[in-house]
Amino acid sequence: MKILVPIKRVVDYNVKVRPMPDNSNVDLNNAKMSVNPFCEIALEEAVRIKEASNAEEVIAITVGKTESQEQLRTALALGADRAILIESDSLLEPLAIAKVLAKVVEQEHPDLVILGKQAIDGDNNQTGQMLAALLDYPQATNASEIKLDESNVTVTREIDGGLQTLQLNKPAVVTTDLRLNEPRYASLPNIMKAKKKELTVTNISDLGVDVNPRTELLSVELPPSRDAGIIVESVDELVEKLKNEAKVIT
Amino acid sequence: MSILVIAEHDNSSIKGATLNTIAAASNINGEVTLLVAGLDISKVIDEAKTISGVSKIISCDHELYKNFLAEDFAKLVLSIADSYSYILAPATTFGKNLMPRISAKLDIQQISDIISIESEDTFKRPIYAGSCIATVKSNDSVKLITVRATAFDPVSLDNNDIPVESIDAVDASNISEFVSEEIAKSDRPELTAANIVISGGRGMQSGDNFHLLDSIADKLGAAVGASRAAVDAGFVPNDYQVGQTGKIVAPDLYIAVGISGAIQHLAGMKDSKVIVAINKDEDAPIFQVADYGLVSDLFDALPELEAKL
Repeated sequence: MKILVPIKRVVDYNVKVRPMPDNSNVDLNNAKMSVNPFCEIALEEAVRIKEASNAEEVIAITVGKTESQEQLRTALALGADRAILIESDSLLEPLAIAKVLAKVVEQEHPDLVILGKQAIDGDNNQTGQMLAALLDYPQATNASEIKLDESNVTVTREIDGGLQTLQLNKPAVVTTDLRLNEPRYASLPNIMKAKKKELTVTNISDLGVDVNPRTELLSVELPPSRDAGIIVESVDELVEKLKNEAKVIT
Repeated sequence: MSILVIAEHDNSSIKGATLNTIAAASNINGEVTLLVAGLDISKVIDEAKTISGVSKIISCDHELYKNFLAEDFAKLVLSIADSYSYILAPATTFGKNLMPRISAKLDIQQISDIISIESEDTFKRPIYAGSCIATVKSNDSVKLITVRATAFDPVSLDNNDIPVESIDAVDASNISEFVSEEIAKSDRPELTAANIVISGGRGMQSGDNFHLLDSIADKLGAAVGASRAAVDAGFVPNDYQVGQTGKIVAPDLYIAVGISGAIQHLAGMKDSKVIVAINKDEDAPIFQVADYGLVSDLFDALPELEAKL
């Protein structure tokens, strides 16, 4: 079995992102970039499936600029067998990414595609579901458990209010939620080994996919800020304020 | 312009976020049609018929839609999508799961999680965990949108009697199957619908200590939530999570206990009307958004708070 893991290069989780002075976009100059945290969970799951001898190959893929090779090397150090960069100078929308991935799925024929439920930059939560739709594959989003057998994948999903378990025919698309696993760190020997693993680069124009943008970003602003509050000295004062000033409890 | 809103329900009643989504739809110039699909949904339809701001209901009562699986539900929506210029659903796990599947099939770039409608093609939405707000213009001919419920006041249920049209189910996909569901049973209000929410973070130190929040929640009629750190640490299930990758809440009162206030958590609660922070670290960023801060060890403050409520 073959597993494809699409990953995304995003601004690091700990970076506080601000708009550019002219509000045309977010200011990412010199910001630390990382693998999107949900993609790390997806990769970890794929590697664990392989380690349990339920898959032969794990392929990491990303669609982005040349610099995204850094994140693919990280994926290789974390256990992916090979990596694919579909090189694009412009930042693509989720629909375009899904179209590109669908094209690669048609070439690679993975049995399972595992990807993060959302990227922490655009917070769109779309790519996995769109990919499943384009391929007419079944989908399970927000996975907290993945079990495999001969022809099916059984996924427990985090839904509002609880858990739902679905059984999908393979091939299938699964997106990961927080509790699926805790990703490992890359060891130094594995980082060294990753440098020798195969990383192929394809220019996006070679795929013949329509990736023209459908939306325009008109502006990026800071959200309205909250007025500074006060520090209360005691629980008594807190209860008094909530009752008489804020009037939110009785 | 015709607008389709996809109702979220549980085959017995309409979920609150549907009413916020209809409110968002009423900011667009056009008639709103509500799609209600499920199994044995007569009670849901009776309720839907009273919703303000809806002109027509389309109902599909069929086994295939009982568990709202995206594969079949998307096919049903696609069978009627031609008639609409806007298709909206709440940005809940239901809407987030379903809408991109429809959107890709229609070759449309969906706009996720909108917080305002600026014009017929321009919307505001939070990005980077709400650190920034993007204004986005859609150039697609049809707009596919998920709506952040907390950003729109819900429409009301009135003495309406909206006409209902029934449609047939479409062919089954037969590629996925529902196995089971475990919905947490609680006497407390749902996190996203509660007027008061009390949440715990890593400072709670263990899942057992959440009983300190439970007893206050019971006194206040509040829901209990958690930060991602508390979920990560295994203190509580993921459906407690408030934040960028969890639930978005905006109650009248939000009490953050032992939560440092990472941007990812603030993304899920900073639109609450009144925010209280209880934390022993006076430098915790949560105090910057709190209306009332109490610098105290939560293990002293919580029992005292419970006694005084």
